[in-house]
Amino acid sequence: MSGELKKEQVLKIIKSKGKEKEQLLAILLEIQQASGQNYVDKKWARLVADELGLPLTKVYDALTFYAMFSTEPRGKYIIEICQSAPCHVMNKAALVQMFEKQLGIKMGETTPDGLFTLQYSACFGACDLAPAVKIGEKVYGKLTAQKVAEIIANYRGVSVCPK
Amino acid sequence: MSKVMPLISKNCGQIRPTSVEDYVKAGGYAALKKALGMKPLEIIEEIKKARLMGRGGAGYPAGAKWQQMYEIEHTPKYIVCNADEGEPGTFKDKLLLEQDPLKVIEGMTIAGYVFNSHDGYIYIRGEYAAIQKLFQEAIDNAVQAGYLGDNILGSKYSFHLHVMTGAGAYVCGENSAMLNSIEGKAGRPRVKPPHLAEVGLFQKPTLVNNVESFANVPVILDIGAEKYLSIGTAESGGTKLVCLSGHVAKPGVYEVPFGVTLRDIIFDEEIGGGMSGHRKLKFYHLGGQSGPCGFLPQLDTEYCYKALRANGLSVGSGAVVVLDESVCVIDYLKCVTEFFIHESCGKCTPCREGNKQLYLILDKFSQGTATQDDYRQLERLSNLLAKVSFCGLGQAAATALNTCLKNLRAEFDAHLSGQCPAGVCFTNQETESGE
Repeated sequence: MSGELKKEQVLKIIKSKGKEKEQLLAILLEIQQASGQNYVDKKWARLVADELGLPLTKVYDALTFYAMFSTEPRGKYIIEICQSAPCHVMNKAALVQMFEKQLGIKMGETTPDGLFTLQYSACFGACDLAPAVKIGEKVYGKLTAQKVAEIIANYRGVSVCPK
Repeated sequence: MSKVMPLISKNCGQIRPTSVEDYVKAGGYAALKKALGMKPLEIIEEIKKARLMGRGGAGYPAGAKWQQMYEIEHTPKYIVCNADEGEPGTFKDKLLLEQDPLKVIEGMTIAGYVFNSHDGYIYIRGEYAAIQKLFQEAIDNAVQAGYLGDNILGSKYSFHLHVMTGAGAYVCGENSAMLNSIEGKAGRPRVKPPHLAEVGLFQKPTLVNNVESFANVPVILDIGAEKYLSIGTAESGGTKLVCLSGHVAKPGVYEVPFGVTLRDIIFDEEIGGGMSGHRKLKFYHLGGQSGPCGFLPQLDTEYCYKALRANGLSVGSGAVVVLDESVCVIDYLKCVTEFFIHESCGKCTPCREGNKQLYLILDKFSQGTATQDDYRQLERLSNLLAKVSFCGLGQAAATALNTCLKNLRAEFDAHLSGQCPAGVCFTNQETESGE
């Protein structure tokens, strides 16, 4: 795990985006990514509010409005299975089962080691690969149980030996 | 004659996407050079003559939009590209952003010149994070090569482009919601009027067009409005990127001239190539989740704004989700409605509550507990959503439901008596004797 995010890191992220109000989403996304647990902690939300001169409620308005944000810790990797109609009709349910079985958790849960959170997502534009799944910025499609096992093993491997 | 026509997508997969050198070699930036020697009104005239309809989904004539923007006297004016492609079944903007970003940049730069605008914003959805980086790289390269930034190509015209990120909200595809999101706020739609051309981004006059619309601009200037119009139909100029998904043999993005038929799109060997399995086509969903469903008798309709509208269909985003006989219409519509429940921003009651109620009624059909009265409720609610929702999201949420109610009524009726022709519903109550 990457450990707790430091105040200096958060300030650096805010500064790198020019400390501008219209960069709120970009700043929060980057803080979330740097957190290692895919969430924005209350203390960082407050810091962002102070630095940008925004009321805390405005920061939470954004945090709770947009689907990509979480205010609670999640897994290091978010596995998102598309639940929109084009993937639904291509047997998304089977894909859900494969991931649930492989990870030993249900949709919406996080593995006990904190590595993976399994959740649904709205369409992310990979309908030609349906049923599609997204892990971070990577998109996978047309998966078999074998491939799912390989992908999970790969991520576990990466987390053991960080580059 | 070939039914596909790579016009705006001709560079896709052929050049290094962020390389200005490759782009120029492929004919890129000739249009910008031409534009800088033209008067703004001459450019608007070309767009009008080409009959370019906005490619984001609404199909509003781009030339008229540009004319209205031109007549507004306040400055500064902003150019905004809507790249919040979130309509399920749609992935054509992704193709352009990923494989020919410089064409989108060139189109935006020409628009900037027309309105003497110095800042442009492209709002790319958060789910396309990798594309945001690539697009920024293309911008940096264009600036380096003198096609963007200060004093473009030695002229007095300067234009700066900024990449803005979304964070997961379908409603930000609605232009006023998107502008709020660019300003760093929650993406709830605004009251209109005032129109965005008058009071848009940062309260200033703003032109908003879709990725594909901007990509068409350099093409129109390159080949001329006359030739461009000759490619499409009399009312819909040029080509359209269509996105095929679902039970089709060859899912993907295809560029077709307006005027091919829906049958061509799904069955032509060069395009969809027919069904992916042995089952027959049951229906197809056009233009995203907010679009209408089409059925077998409409297959020979020409794919263009006018003919589709006359047949109760629409181009929308260009999505074509192909559905075979294994799909239960109730189950499908439940999935569509679930999407709108999730994506409703919650600002207005009809959309926030109406979609939930629609889902509950559809669920009754799939449980076999629906009654005749539920038809009336479905019709009443879907009318209500269309008429009194605050923005396009709620207004269009029941479009698919309406078209299915009209054309697949027998399947709804079957569910009243506990029958699901596709064998999707009621499976829990049955033994596993048959498939």
